[in-house]
Amino acid sequence: MANSTTVKSPEQAQSAGMMAVVAPALGWLIPGAGHLIQRRWIRGLLLMAAIVIMFVLGILSQGRVYRLNGGDILDILGFVGDIGAGGLYIFTRAMDWGQGSIAHATADYGTKYIIVAGLLNFISVADAYHIAIGKKP
Amino acid sequence: MTLALSHFTAAVLFAVFASIVFGITQRSGAYEQIRYGLYCFVMFVGGVFVAGWLMWLLRR
Repeated sequence: MANSTTVKSPEQAQSAGMMAVVAPALGWLIPGAGHLIQRRWIRGLLLMAAIVIMFVLGILSQGRVYRLNGGDILDILGFVGDIGAGGLYIFTRAMDWGQGSIAHATADYGTKYIIVAGLLNFISVADAYHIAIGKKP
Repeated sequence: MTLALSHFTAAVLFAVFASIVFGITQRSGAYEQIRYGLYCFVMFVGGVFVAGWLMWLLRR
């Protein structure tokens, strides 16, 4: 039996449907923004800080940012991870950063940081979607 | 500016950031999120020590 509190008006349903598209898209472009737009302030700020700091540390460690490629499978997967960072990836490519440096032994840590920051943002985007559709509070 | 993190520092920072994201995204309530985040952090850092000792044993 339907509970009266769970019944949504057409406007509310439309708004929720819109949020299910906007929140993940915004969350991908700006890490944490998918939560912030849904008023999950603390979660959004923590996710933003964690993902942005990780990405920036990767860049500062002279990590490599992968470009779209059709070569080695690990390079393709590296690109898939990197693209998860959304706006950070676009900005980094626009500034021509993330060339990678073989002169620094620790640059490989940076490459992994950048990939994982993107992958963590994918998880964050999925979480923002679950909040938007009401699957998670 | 070039940052040169030691292996251990890099591993601990990795654990901190990954644990924050895992804690927030994999649990619903605030208390559960903190608890799961701490659990992930301990597992990550504990894994570093276990792997370190295993490599030490293999080297001998």
